[in-house]
Amino acid sequence: MAITELSALLKGMAGLELLSEQGYRLDGRKAGELRKLQARMSVFAQADGSAYLEQGNTKVLAVVYGPHETRGSRAKSLHDRAVINCQFSMATFSTAERKRRPHGDRKSSEMSLHLKQTFEAAVLTQLYPRSQIDIYVKILQADGSNYSACVNAATLALVDAGIPLRDYVCACTAGFVEDTALADLCHVEESGGGTALALALLPCSGNIALVQMDSRLHQDHLDKLMEAAAKACQDLSKVLDGVVRRHLEEVSDLTKH
Amino acid sequence: MRDTPLSNCERLFLLQAIQEKKRLDGRQTYDYRNIKILFGTDYGCCIVELGKTRVLCQVSCELVPPKDSRPTEGILYFNLELSPMASPAFESNRQSELLVMLNRQLERCLRNSKCIDTESLCVISGEKVWQIRVDVHVLNHDGNLMDAASIAAISALSHFRRPDVAIQGREVTVFSPEERDPIPLSIYHMPICVSFAFFLQGSYLLVDPCEREERVKDGLLVIAMNKHREICSIQSSGGIMLLKDQVKPVEMLLLVEGEHENHSSERIKPFPVLLCFSSFVLMQRKEGGKFGFAESLPIERITALKRDEAPVEMADVKDTAEEIINRTESSTEVYPPGLKTRERSAASPVLVATGTAQVGEGIVNSWGLEEDEDDEVIIEDKGGGNPRRLQNKGELELSLWLYFRLLYHTVRLHLFSLVRPGKLQDSEDLMQCLTPRVYLDDLEEGAGHTEEALMVLLAGSTSMMASSSGISSSISLQLVMSFVDF
Repeated sequence: MAITELSALLKGMAGLELLSEQGYRLDGRKAGELRKLQARMSVFAQADGSAYLEQGNTKVLAVVYGPHETRGSRAKSLHDRAVINCQFSMATFSTAERKRRPHGDRKSSEMSLHLKQTFEAAVLTQLYPRSQIDIYVKILQADGSNYSACVNAATLALVDAGIPLRDYVCACTAGFVEDTALADLCHVEESGGGTALALALLPCSGNIALVQMDSRLHQDHLDKLMEAAAKACQDLSKVLDGVVRRHLEEVSDLTKH
Repeated sequence: MRDTPLSNCERLFLLQAIQEKKRLDGRQTYDYRNIKILFGTDYGCCIVELGKTRVLCQVSCELVPPKDSRPTEGILYFNLELSPMASPAFESNRQSELLVMLNRQLERCLRNSKCIDTESLCVISGEKVWQIRVDVHVLNHDGNLMDAASIAAISALSHFRRPDVAIQGREVTVFSPEERDPIPLSIYHMPICVSFAFFLQGSYLLVDPCEREERVKDGLLVIAMNKHREICSIQSSGGIMLLKDQVKPVEMLLLVEGEHENHSSERIKPFPVLLCFSSFVLMQRKEGGKFGFAESLPIERITALKRDEAPVEMADVKDTAEEIINRTESSTEVYPPGLKTRERSAASPVLVATGTAQVGEGIVNSWGLEEDEDDEVIIEDKGGGNPRRLQNKGELELSLWLYFRLLYHTVRLHLFSLVRPGKLQDSEDLMQCLTPRVYLDDLEEGAGHTEEALMVLLAGSTSMMASSSGISSSISLQLVMSFVDF
């Protein structure tokens, strides 16, 4: 309730100050700055791979099971590669107003679909024919860039599970306010009515796994927006890489003794 | 019912055709199919035909209490249904991936882009607002449902009229259409989705894929734009890897297509079509004329099955033909039959035509025979085969081949609409379809008259060919003469 009231209040104010004259955003960041990213891998012992990721106030849990035999209908299995099954859900307490339907509604189904497509492109599925890889993502607290945080968390979980990937899949959002592109939007900035572009990128090759944008944007600004998002993804990939290496060090330290 | 899987050879064929920049229906890479928008008798009812894809959209409205978070705004509700009549793969009440994707894309394209002024739909703030419900039904699936659905939705919304209301204190009176004219919705802009399909790991791109092309695509990029060059939504799906540079040219394309508003090219951009259609329908209504789907369906009736027969003077055909030959200036280059097909076609005035499949004519059975190394097909004429080869066979076959070829040319040039391709088997029917002046009953009398028949055909058809295609009759005769030894 607090966030919606705040955004309503802000709208009532003279112009939504997403970017002040000094170049600071609502939470004190500069235009191209990302939020603080903290992540932990192997949070669950039961799952093959798991990760917990915090991007600012957005908190996401991702769990990976697989590759295993195709459960359910045999018809779904593909003879030459693995099937990736994604389920996206938001906890009922994740948003400002209690969510009545955590999964099964259109938005969640769409998100699940997008996640599945993103990872189908990134995972080397040819190595596991007739198998299935399950990815479950749950948002514990939603404060903008939900999809991006899910992708990042799922990447870490896949790395933790030891499933071969083409590259890290890094996702980030970018917005556009008065000729300046903002990177990594929070909830207020997203719902403020401005543009929001979500981009999932494989940093080494620069290939785009998914691009999604809503709300109007003039054609000439698209380049700037895409570049800002791509740069943010590259920065993110370095952070994720650092997380993975630190985790490996910890694990190898433990096994040594 | 599960969708029939696509066979590997069909898939390979489609991919190879795409690599050679060919499409099944002969379109270019960036060509759209013909769009037809028809409006029904009710306000807000519209059918869109994109090639063979058919989509029906109906807009309706209702007074409801508003959402708690937005008490002063109306509600827009979109619902797209894949009717089982559209494709055997669609089952009713089955939540498939395609359905989710189409629904969400439609919502994002039309709702998030704020094309409709929802604040004007408010009647009593916090208590009663108009809920506009847009129902889209897919009637026939021939690819590119997204574009068709978005066009249908936005045209139905622009066509729709909601009832007028009067507020007195807390009392709301809704007037029926007879009492007061209904009011149109206030639409800020018209976003329309354009789909780009990617093939072969993103190396090839096609606009407006048809159903077969959709089956072999790697991924899809849907961009919604409006007339003011604003991008309303971008969505990539299918897990293809795009490069940033690939998204940019797509934008350029849309820009180019938008500029075609003023030109009547084959790339029909929906905007002007929409505007003129909605105004046209309104005019029709005012004039009191008949309107609606039933009126707009074309009446297809065969009015004539018979063509007139006209006798042809056959007395001195040979002399007339020789005269024509002698009168025309002879070109210096007469290709001897032994020349290789490639060299010949490089400089020859041979009419290149996309051939219809001439089953059994011209192609030589090579089973069990040695493969001829330089057997190259002449350009795109599938039925033409290799004339060099044919000259090894009897004269009858050659003349038949030639005769069919000429027939094809003449028919194609003049009477394309009358003769459906693929029906070239029956020669007599075809001859009857040609101009009344050339009717050969000689054909029935056997092979002996074939030569004469050919001469007549030559005389008749060369003039036709010459007049229509701009080739002088000398060249067309040359063309004929070079293949035949008289």
